[in-house]
Formats: sequence, C-alpha cells, structure tokens
Amino acid sequence: MTKIAVKVDDLTVAYNYKPVLWDIDLEIPEGVLMAIVGPNGAGKSTLIKSILGILKPIAGSVSIYGKPYEKQRQLVAYVPQKGSVDWDFPTTALDVVMMGTYGSLGWIKRPRQKEKKAALEALEKVGMLAFKNRQISQLSGGQQQRIFLARALVQNASIYFMDEPFQGVDATTEIAIINILKELRKAGKTVIVVHHDLQTVPEYFDWVTFLNVKKIATGPVKDIFNDDNLTKTYGINYKVSIQK
Amino acid sequence: MLGSFAVLRKQSLLGDAISHAALPGIAIAFLITGAKDSNTLLLGALVSGLIGTFWIRSIVKKTHLKSDTALGLILSLFFGFGMLLLTFIQKQPNANQAGLDKYLFGQAATLVESDVWLMAIVTGLCLFVLLLFWKEFKILLFDADYTKTLGFNTKFIDILITSFIVLAIVLGLQTVGVVLMSAMLLAPAAAARQWTNSLSTMVFLAAIFGAFSGVFGTAISASQTNLSTGPVIVLVASVFVFFSFVFSPSRGLLFKQIRFIKNRRDLELHKTLTFMHHIAETHDDISHPHAIKLLNNFQGFTRKTLQKLVKKDYVELQGNMWSLTEIGFETAANLYTKQSTEDE
Ligand SMILES: Nc1ncnc2c1ncn2[C@@H]1O[C@H](COP(=O)(O)OP(=O)(O)O)[C@@H](O)[C@H]1O
Ligand SMILES: [Mg+2]
Repeated sequence: MTKIAVKVDDLTVAYNYKPVLWDIDLEIPEGVLMAIVGPNGAGKSTLIKSILGILKPIAGSVSIYGKPYEKQRQLVAYVPQKGSVDWDFPTTALDVVMMGTYGSLGWIKRPRQKEKKAALEALEKVGMLAFKNRQISQLSGGQQQRIFLARALVQNASIYFMDEPFQGVDATTEIAIINILKELRKAGKTVIVVHHDLQTVPEYFDWVTFLNVKKIATGPVKDIFNDDNLTKTYGINYKVSIQK
Repeated sequence: MLGSFAVLRKQSLLGDAISHAALPGIAIAFLITGAKDSNTLLLGALVSGLIGTFWIRSIVKKTHLKSDTALGLILSLFFGFGMLLLTFIQKQPNANQAGLDKYLFGQAATLVESDVWLMAIVTGLCLFVLLLFWKEFKILLFDADYTKTLGFNTKFIDILITSFIVLAIVLGLQTVGVVLMSAMLLAPAAAARQWTNSLSTMVFLAAIFGAFSGVFGTAISASQTNLSTGPVIVLVASVFVFFSFVFSPSRGLLFKQIRFIKNRRDLELHKTLTFMHHIAETHDDISHPHAIKLLNNFQGFTRKTLQKLVKKDYVELQGNMWSLTEIGFETAANLYTKQSTEDE
C-alpha cells in the first residue's frame, strides 16, 4: 500500500455564506500525477487554496503525510493561476524564481550565492535561462508560466499544486511543462494539477478527481475517466470522443 | 519613498484616505490637551489615521464593497467629522486655536527644529525597516497568496507596510497639509515608475524626487511672502510626473510616439524594398532597370520612400527607371528570410 500524501477531511468552504465546496473528502496517494477537472466555478482553485491555508475553510481539515499542513509547509509548493498577479510589477525573471527560496530562508535573511545558483538551475530546467534578466512584463504568457513553474521547482518540495499551468500557453510550452511534471512524478513527487483540456487527461495524467462543488469521483484515470463521471460533473449528457 | 508601495498596490486613494482620516485626530487632540504642541497633535493624527486605515481594510474584507468605495466612504466620513470639529474649535474663545488650519494646506514655515528632528528620526526608522524587510515587502506586493504558502505571516508584513505609510503621511501633514498629502505621497513614486523596471531603483528614485520637491518647493515658497509651502511642493512634484510621463525612454509618451513612427517608416521601406526584390528576382541581372510605374500598383510606395532607398544606396534611379543595387538586393533577400523565420 502506498502512502497517502494529501488527505482532506469534510472540507467545506464558502465565500460570504455561499458554499463553494461542500463536504469534500479526498485522499491523494504519493507519487501520482493527478488532474482536477470540473466546469468553471466548480471550486477547483478554491480547493487548492484551502488545502494550502490561503483560504480558511468553514469546516474540515487537511493533512500532509499524516500531519497538519502548517507543520509540513516546506514539503509543499504552489503554482498559482497566472492571472493572479500583476505582471507589470517591476522585477526580472530571475528575481521571481528566487522568491521560491524565500521560504527556506525565513525572515530577513537575504538570498545568497547558493540560492541564486538554485534559481538559475530551475530556470535552465524550464528552458528560460536566456531570459533570466528579462523584465517579467516582457515575457509571453507561456514564458511567464514557465517562470512560475521554475519558482515552485526551486522550493524542492515533495508535493506540487498547480492551478491551470497550461492556460494560454503554446504547444511547445505545453509539452515542455508536461515533460517536467512527468519527471517530477518519476522522482517520486506528487503533482496535483487543475486541468481544463479533457482530451489530454488520459495522455498526461494517471489519477483524476472530478469536482463540482462536491467531489464526484477520484481515482486512477483508467478506471474512472468515463462518460458517466463526466456527465455527473459537467451536467450535460457528456459524450467524450476520447480514444483510450 | 513609501509611496512606491502604495502605487504598486494600486491603492492610490489610500494616501488620501489616511491623510483625511488624520484630521479629526488633530482636532480631538487639541480639544483634549488644549495645546498646540505639534507632537501631541501628530500623535492624535497618527491614532485616527491608523483607525481609519484598518477600518477600511475590514470593510473591504467583510463586505462586497470595492476598496475604492470603502476608501471614499471613510475619507468623507473622517474628513467631515474633522472639519466639524475644527469649526467648533474655531468658535471657541481660545487664543490658541489659530494655526490649526495649517494642517489643511501645510505651512513649512511653522516647523521648528524639533519637528525636523522628529521627521529625520522617523525617516531613518522607515529606511531601516524597509531595508530589513525588503525581501518580504517585495514578495508580498507581487504575490500575496504565494507568500502565505511559504509560511510568512502576511498579515504582519501588511500591517507593517501600512503603518509606515500612515506614519509617513502624518509627519508630512505639517508641511504639505491634509488636502495635498496623497499627491505628495504618490507623485514621486509614479514619476519614478516611468524611469525604471527595478523595484529598488524605483524606491530610490522616488525618494530623490520627493526630497527634491520638498527642498525646492520650500525654497520657492519661502522666497515669496504669500505662497503656502504645500501646494508649491506638490506643484514641483507634479512637474516631475509630467516630465517623466512624457520623456521616459521606455515608457514615456514621447518616445513611444517616436518609436511608433520610426517603426512604421521602416516597415514601409522594407515593404517597398521587398516588392522590388520580387520584381528584380525575375531577371538574371539584378541591376536590370524597371519602370517606376510598376511600383504604382503597390500601396506602400511613395516618392519619399524611394528617395530614402536611394540615399541608403539600395536603389539607383535613372529617369523613370529604377534598379536595385547589389547591397539593396542582398538586404532585401535578408529581410525576406528574416521575416519568414520570425513568422514561424
Ligand atoms: N474571492 C471570491 N469572493 C467571492 N466568491 C468567489 C471568490 N473566488 C471565487 N469565488 C466563487 O467561488 C466559486 C468557485 O471559484 P473557483 O474556485 O475560482 O472555481 P474554478 O477554479 O473551479 O473555476 C465561483 O462561483 C466563484 O464565483
Ligand atoms: Mg480556477
């Protein structure tokens, strides 16, 4: 039996009284590459933010490898939705990636040579080394996404949460990113990705969670990625033309 | 200097709100102590400024109101209350009351040495805290959610930044006054943003612009008998902003316009040259002359572009005929390959 990396119990979250997530139970085994799918407004981003303690749930708890999230922070890295920050902020690509080291540095201490080296390595991994001194406002959408990914890689975590990393990226970047994710899985890491393109789910992921306010289903893609669950999640009678 | 953070947070109204919120504090402090001692009054301003600010925060958090609305609400509420108190004070038979209105528009001439010392100390303190928590400030401003996942207490950083902005504003009140304080806070930062893409340079420049406006504005107003200091300082700062918006090399309007025109011209030249190249290619001899008329079908062609091409030695003209030179042909060929690779 593999270990459970992330365990969510009875999680309920609301913005101003209207519940957005309802009584979610979820167990994510170690070492999976998991997609979270569901229609817009299903609460996918909210789920990730609640797991990471950015939002405070009304009820429920989250544990990482059996201990509360607060004690296991350093094991977890987060790639927010690209649109959540102001890309006109005056800073460079390298600077943003360096932010990934701030957590282990703690208060006040400045990043030094060692941190810079780690950031440069991460930039190289995502194929952005040539852009290290570029202003972030002058990067394309795909490049900005790679920078975000590099920032998470620097954290050297065991569990990665990514919110729509394929949003608005070109085909080359999509392949580059998925290859990095598969590498992470190979290294035994757990990767959880909010994903929109249902077509690519069987090709990219080995585990999937269907979400629409409630959890519809969770498990191996080959067992549960079917029309029945898709219809339950997306409402309409869903016929996927997905070749398995 | 601290204005940089307010600008980057898109909370430009915050300065306004804080300075207006400080007014009732001044009035109340005066009513309680009955003294005009500026330290006491500023303490009052600080307290009510802080209350106003954090009240705005909680309104935004707990209701659906947008932050601009909440700011406007608090701003008018506190300012109205402050004016009411000031009017009330004015009617009192107290010889001391005169001079309170200097906090409305500011009067640097009334500053005494101890005020200046206080300002210097607080500025030094701000600078120290800024340097100490530089990394935390930067990451919080860029991506607050992410900062939280790294284990930083974002609330603490936030309160720290806000408190220092309030402190800076309250201190500036004596010089610039309630009404123009937010302009003083934001103008140098907005100007600085135009010149640089680095946070540290921006903060540094903003400090310089701010200091210069202060010194220069005070000097001007001191040289004339009837000029209030505050408005003059803000005017000087505004000149910086105007200048920056127009002349900054990367973001300024002027250079953007110049770049735009230059790009368009280059494109026209390139288009014509490429077209000529196409025609010339059909002949073995590149210098074979063609009629200028041939170009007439082509919309990008003008006498002017043709003359420019001649000047660059790309094209030779003979009467009504043109022909490409060797250099012209090569340049055109390169352009062509360059464009098609860029399109990919
Ligand atoms: N800050 C917020 N305040 C109020 N409602 C929100 C907020 N963020 C999201 N919501 C609402 O919560 C629901 C779920 O949002 P979200 O988690 O972003 O969905 P998803 O990521 O699946 O598209 C939506 O109905 C959305 O309108
Ligand atoms: Mg989302």
